[in-house]
Amino acid sequence: MSIFYFIAFLSVLFALLVISAKNPVHSVLYLILTFFTITIHYILLNAQFLAIVNFIVYMGAIMVLFLFVLMLLNLNVATEPAKSNIVKFAGVIGGCCLLAVLVASLKALGVSKPVVLTNPGLGLVKNLGKVLFTEFLLPFEISSILLLSAMVGAVLLAKKEKQPDGKFF
Amino acid sequence: MESFFNTVKAVPLNHYILLCSILFSIGVIGVLIRRNAIVIFMSVELMLNAVNLLLTAFSVYRGDASGQVFVFFIMALAAAEVAVGLAIIVMIYRNTSSIDINVLNKLKW
Repeated sequence: MSIFYFIAFLSVLFALLVISAKNPVHSVLYLILTFFTITIHYILLNAQFLAIVNFIVYMGAIMVLFLFVLMLLNLNVATEPAKSNIVKFAGVIGGCCLLAVLVASLKALGVSKPVVLTNPGLGLVKNLGKVLFTEFLLPFEISSILLLSAMVGAVLLAKKEKQPDGKFF
Repeated sequence: MESFFNTVKAVPLNHYILLCSILFSIGVIGVLIRRNAIVIFMSVELMLNAVNLLLTAFSVYRGDASGQVFVFFIMALAAAEVAVGLAIIVMIYRNTSSIDINVLNKLKW
């Protein structure tokens, strides 16, 4: 039980460090740690498939993409001009208001039952694969089209375009 | 192994909702207070992950596998979103040689 609270504390701590780090590269590294704690949460919930996918896709692929773009644009220095203090203050107040509304509605909901794993095989690949390829077959195929179009779109966007006068912009 | 998973049994569902609300709010604050487009993008990823974790917790609570399948789809969507978004950021950097979002105010008024 206490391991959940420890990991939850780490998640919140690293998430705070992500948005407060001055250097974008430090932000990416803290984000990797946050995703790692979320992976541990998945393991605690016995969602083994999601834990592995989160580990490979988020911590592997997406974070490498972020680091790659940061290095490509040579942004690994803290050159970001800070927003004015009043805007920062207003942003923090706005976020805290959102949190207060969510927590207040949670309080109104009352005490909840504990999360009990009724079916131990719920998050395993076997069970999820059965659901994915029967009930959710159409969304699964559509998501493959989405990934293909995203790939084509990314290449088209990032490609240097040749101007009519022969120069690249 | 079984006793390891029994450790979560004592955690109420409310605490999962509270944790995910806090993570989501941190993501919102990050979007509001930063000017670096890539850090804003990472805050959006943080919000997506908070929702993913909550969907998984609900899925385990109800004993329904649909929630975990939704999380799988959200991850596929996030991968597509990151690829297109980072391509847009690279293009913005090429045109303005900066990824400060305050430069991009042509459509503001």
